[in-house]
Amino acid sequence: MKTRKLMLGNEAIAQGLAENGCRVATSYPGTPASEILPALADLKNETGVPAHVQWAVNEKVAFEIAYAASITGLRSAVSMKQVGLNVASDPLMSAAYMGTRGGFVIISADDPGPHSSQTEQDSRLMAMMAKIPVLDPDSPAQAKDMTALAYDISETFQIPVMLRPTTRVCHSRQDIQAGPVPLADAKADFKKDPTRWAATPKFRYQLHKQLETKLNDIAEFEKTAPVRLNPEVVSSKAVVTSGVCAAYVREVMQDSGLMEKISLYQVLQPYPLHLRFMEELVQHHEDVLVIEETDPVIEMQLADRHRVKGKLNGVVPGVGELLPERILEIIGGFAGVEVPSVRLPDVPGRRPTLCAGCPHRASFFAIKRAVPKGIYTGDIGCYTLGLNLGAVDTVLCMGAAISQAAGFYHAYKDQPDPPDVVATIGDSTFFHAGIPALVDAVVQNVRFVLVILDNSTTAMTGNQPTPASGIGACGESLTTVDIDAVVRGCGVRFCREADPYQLDALTGLLKEAVSYARENGPAVIISKHPCLIHRRGAARDVVSVPVAVTDACDGCGYCIRHFECPALVLKGDSGRVTIDPMACSQCGVCIHVCPKHALIEQKNN
Amino acid sequence: MNTLKQQIIISGVGGQGVLFVTRVMAEAAIAKGLPVFTSETHGMAQRGGTVVSHLKIGTFASPMIRPYQADGMISLKAENIAIHGSYVKPGGWVVVNSEHDVETDLDVTICRIDADGLAQSSGQARSANLIVLGFALARISRQAADAGHRFFCDVEDIRSVLEAQLSRKKPMLDASVRAIETGYNQGINKEGVCDGLYTV
Repeated sequence: MKTRKLMLGNEAIAQGLAENGCRVATSYPGTPASEILPALADLKNETGVPAHVQWAVNEKVAFEIAYAASITGLRSAVSMKQVGLNVASDPLMSAAYMGTRGGFVIISADDPGPHSSQTEQDSRLMAMMAKIPVLDPDSPAQAKDMTALAYDISETFQIPVMLRPTTRVCHSRQDIQAGPVPLADAKADFKKDPTRWAATPKFRYQLHKQLETKLNDIAEFEKTAPVRLNPEVVSSKAVVTSGVCAAYVREVMQDSGLMEKISLYQVLQPYPLHLRFMEELVQHHEDVLVIEETDPVIEMQLADRHRVKGKLNGVVPGVGELLPERILEIIGGFAGVEVPSVRLPDVPGRRPTLCAGCPHRASFFAIKRAVPKGIYTGDIGCYTLGLNLGAVDTVLCMGAAISQAAGFYHAYKDQPDPPDVVATIGDSTFFHAGIPALVDAVVQNVRFVLVILDNSTTAMTGNQPTPASGIGACGESLTTVDIDAVVRGCGVRFCREADPYQLDALTGLLKEAVSYARENGPAVIISKHPCLIHRRGAARDVVSVPVAVTDACDGCGYCIRHFECPALVLKGDSGRVTIDPMACSQCGVCIHVCPKHALIEQKNN
Repeated sequence: MNTLKQQIIISGVGGQGVLFVTRVMAEAAIAKGLPVFTSETHGMAQRGGTVVSHLKIGTFASPMIRPYQADGMISLKAENIAIHGSYVKPGGWVVVNSEHDVETDLDVTICRIDADGLAQSSGQARSANLIVLGFALARISRQAADAGHRFFCDVEDIRSVLEAQLSRKKPMLDASVRAIETGYNQGINKEGVCDGLYTV
């Protein structure tokens, strides 16, 4: 009997990798890609498949590990989010030239919308720049099928292949048929060939020529040719689509009866676009509408532009997610038929906030208290939400808290009375991209304070381990790297640890660090307290401090504005703050926040 | 060939268990041999922000529900009816977790349960989501039956899913089943809180 399993898009991709014999898989977590590697780790643990599955310190390192496995002849994969691909772009460009031996799949998950990213960038453009083929799945099921296709292309043409799912593919669930996972050992067999694997510029020119030849051949590869979804329809109009938009288009064209009236093509491989397809479009159709997320990658490759409607002439929006209701309007306009125009009202929802009891909130509060007039450079992670508390002034990309702090210092240093600069970065992000920036700050004697918000996990993306965790993707024991030792090894002479729940002590230490930094150079505080979500369910090693609100509370709202704990609620006209017992983690930090001393520890409980 | 098609919005804030409720319902569909598609909110929004899941049972191409197409909505927060209520088609249903009556201009039937209150009084602060689900199952099944069709699953289907999912976590399973039953009993009980739009 066939059993269908409910799978997240990312789990379907992992299933596809496992079914197709992936033997080395690496990743750095990032939404919407984070669940691919853990799903593969689960499959490894369940089936005993001899694969190496690991979280790497960043995407560049992850890429290079998986790529090396590929050139030994093994099938491998690296997964990341679109901004992570920027970090891995250096090896990506070169790997495209040198090519692969065992199939190598680069999964770069895009986030149109953007739901939880700094950019809406389209990884398909990165594939185009690197000159590698890219596949654009419309659903979890197709994402799984496309991993097989990706390995096929990669090995047929000896080229890295990108699989580019988007948020709605990664984070939708579908019933999917799981197939068997082959357990046979694959043998690594690296054949030395310095003209290829260590090519000097002279050979790189040859490799570039080979790459162009490969691309021409891939543009004729039958298995990735665009699919005509309603071949019986003869129409002067055609819709061309790919990715999750193809799923939306199918559904809205079926529901509105346009499936019988307008030709519909789904592009599986947006780059390189099939040459014969481009000719066919021009031969058979007067008007072509291209619907794709996020950038006009397919559209730009269609040469006969005057027939084409899409993002370049504003028919399709060039920014933001293309939701099915919007697509229905666009296709209705293209077809010249009335369709209902429906939009959700633009009601702002609740903004994200740090969890009740999150140690980062306490750290930010202490920073604001100790250095009220500082410039606060921030970074990527849960603690980006410190901006709600006014304790994060900049967020650029991974690791930039430290380099931007240096930039602010250099910009202000010749002015009288330069501002104090306090940078915050999470433990995982510090390992990812903070260390080189800290080395630079030490060398340049940047006078700033760095607070490493160490919650002992990568919380935002689902609590993946860090190099300090001592645990691997499959639960295996690993060696740990000590943050304090790294900081000292970078040459920082002031490095102290504090528990952010001890708010007064941390505030004092921050003041000390600021005075040190003003005179001497970088000062680092490791503000260490485990993530609440990570700890949930495990034995709690902290003392619960239940809090009571006394009559001294006059409802001034200071705690809500400056501490923003979701467990503190000021209801309409009750005049007093109340504590939501459903949300409160009993961390007790708010006791030190109230200027009226109205929050006290509740005794006899 | 089963032609059943149902579309449901599940809405709440990060930390309330929106994804868990969605997952349990989707598993129930699979167990009944029905095709299923869900779309979830992950990442930053889950840190206390607004979270919504789309659940589509039956043959669909895409994971997203269009505005005014959903049969109904399970709202774990009262304020979310204003945010996501417009997904529900005219004449559809909304089951909401709220201490107070909820006002809306939408043409929907609203059934209200104070699941937070019930969860707290029964000492299971984190199970409000399943209390709402249990309540919804009682009410939606009844409403669907009145309209002459069936809801895709019932409380027994959900119980089986929980048993399969939580078989290795006995205390959690017991608490979850208790929560589902608490909500369900409120839903079938004529004295159960309901804002009057829906007549039992």
